[in-house]
Amino acid sequence: MAILQIKNLHVSVDTDQGTKGILKGVDLTIRSGEIHAVMGPNGSGKSTLAYSIAGHPKYQVTDGEILLDGENVLEMSVDERARAGLFLAMQYPVEIPGVSVSNFLRTAKTAITGEAPALRTWIKEVRESMDNLKMDPTFSERNVNEGFSGGEKKRHEILQMELLKPRFAVLDETDSGLDVDALKIVSEGVNRAHTANDLGVLLITHYTRILKYIKPDFVHVFVDGKVAEQGGAELADRLEAEGYDRYVKA
Amino acid sequence: MTDSSANVQHGLIEHSHGAGVPLQIRSDRPRSKSVSDFAAIDQRQDLWRYLDSSALKGLDADVLAEYKNEVQFAETAGVTFTWIESTDSRVGLIGLPEDRVAAAAYTNASKTLLVEIAMDVVLVEPLRINIVGSSNTASALHLVIVANKFSDATIVLEHSGLGVLGENIEIDVQDEAKLNFVSVQNWESGSSHVAAHYSRLGRSSYLKHSVATFGGDLVRITPVSTFTGSGAEVEMNGVYFADAGQHIENRPFVDHAAPNCKSRVTYKGALQGNKAHTVWIGDVLIRVVAEGTDTYELNRNLLLTDGARADSVPNLEIETGEIEGAGHASASGRFDDEQLFYLQARGITVDEARRLVVLGFLVDILQRTGVEDVIERMTSVLEDKLGRS
Ligand SMILES: Nc1ncnc2c1ncn2[C@@H]1O[C@H](COP(=O)(O)OP(=O)(O)O)[C@@H](O)[C@H]1O
Ligand SMILES: [Mg+2]
Repeated sequence: MAILQIKNLHVSVDTDQGTKGILKGVDLTIRSGEIHAVMGPNGSGKSTLAYSIAGHPKYQVTDGEILLDGENVLEMSVDERARAGLFLAMQYPVEIPGVSVSNFLRTAKTAITGEAPALRTWIKEVRESMDNLKMDPTFSERNVNEGFSGGEKKRHEILQMELLKPRFAVLDETDSGLDVDALKIVSEGVNRAHTANDLGVLLITHYTRILKYIKPDFVHVFVDGKVAEQGGAELADRLEAEGYDRYVKA
Repeated sequence: MTDSSANVQHGLIEHSHGAGVPLQIRSDRPRSKSVSDFAAIDQRQDLWRYLDSSALKGLDADVLAEYKNEVQFAETAGVTFTWIESTDSRVGLIGLPEDRVAAAAYTNASKTLLVEIAMDVVLVEPLRINIVGSSNTASALHLVIVANKFSDATIVLEHSGLGVLGENIEIDVQDEAKLNFVSVQNWESGSSHVAAHYSRLGRSSYLKHSVATFGGDLVRITPVSTFTGSGAEVEMNGVYFADAGQHIENRPFVDHAAPNCKSRVTYKGALQGNKAHTVWIGDVLIRVVAEGTDTYELNRNLLLTDGARADSVPNLEIETGEIEGAGHASASGRFDDEQLFYLQARGITVDEARRLVVLGFLVDILQRTGVEDVIERMTSVLEDKLGRS
């Protein structure tokens, strides 16, 4: 059983107009096997939270802490966090020319586990995961995210999550831009990883749609850089009916 | 119609000259075999503006030594290698010097190595010509390569050792011939190399021309491809990596002097360290007769550290409106932090992430040569260079 704790997290970014505070005291605790949905309007700071957990250099933590089984995550570099078991499925994955998906996956797996995977079983494992996500085998010869459609990028993120087997995954709007079929396929991937690895999930979303396929244990409503309300799955139903209006100051 | 634009970056400052850079019409340059027809080199001359002429180490002098013992090749069926007098009528047919250094090399190479691939010959294995220098005496070399009709071959010309070399290479790709020509410059430090490649493409011929430059204090290559028959295609690729103090200059020129020909020019480079300097001047001329031309040229540079400088200037001159397509792009920039973050977020260390991104960027060009051992060896040269940063 692992535990990820976010305590009183304050984060700011440098802008042309000076430093801007975005997260204003976020408290969240996620245990292995739990699924937490973080829902909030655009611009409320959801991606900032995701990037701050992963350690993106643009975001400065000005107060608070992030602990993974009591270890100070904020002192870890980006790659150390990933090796400690944190994973971020990005909202906008970047293209990397000249680096094939297969090379990338193998390099990442080697970095995470500390040794090169046995080639035979690795190739089989990759092929099975790609099959499950309805990805064409030729996909692995393409360059990372280069020329991928929106849906392909999201599948590729979930593929990495399945293969790298993190302890906690932050999914930043993995549902946006997907049609219903793709949404189902991607959701099944998340559910598989959740069951197989007792994965703790922080599911960031703007819409309730994905919650039909991935059942959250907890729902947090995120407004203006902090959690405005939290509850169980029923809170998502209320959000679907009422929207965010009552949380957003007029 | 003349279109020119420039994108120069050094450090964090970006210059953009936009359209209207003064441009001497590329085809109007004076040509001559004789060094005495060219004025002494001066950095105020457009052709030499990026270069400190002391780096030429005497390649611009009236008198140069000759390379002959330094040139190694293996006899191959279907191919003849012959040292002929440079006064022979088969020398100077394809191209003549356009600058003082090329003319000095022309004047001083009394012998020329003629490499002739016979008609209809198809070579499975690449032909190898190895040039291994062993002194810093300014020297001259002249090669003429003839790919006769319907032949199909790969030639790998590799430069190594210590050398100060002025080189003229004429490449005659006859009607319906196919040639894959690769020139590798992997000199020891202390070397200076200035080369002019003149390629002529006959009707429906195909030339893949690649230059890969990693070692040498100064390497400047001016590859010219001229279409003389219709329906031909040239692919000109370049890859380079400049370390601290290295100057690597590439000046590809495609002369569309025949209709319905296609050209693709792609050069990619990386720079690291103080005074690492690369220059890319990419000229394309589409003449009045060259209806149906399809051309695109591209240059990209990755600046890995402070203190490095990449100059990049594409020029496109279009004299006919009846073309298929013409375009160019040029960009020089910093490492993409988002790419690094993405790889690091998957557990890959920052050094490994940098290595992956830069290698991917450059190896892409090496792979286009299709020559396995060159790809492998030059990839490991690049890995060594990246390990040094
Ligand atoms: N790198 C940045 N530079 C400037 N402003 C930023 C940056 N990242 C986020 N912001 C601002 O912070 C706020 C929250 O953004 P974000 O975390 O992306 O929200 P969400 O993901 O909920 O839509 C927005 O007002 C956004 O414009
Ligand atoms: Mg977002």
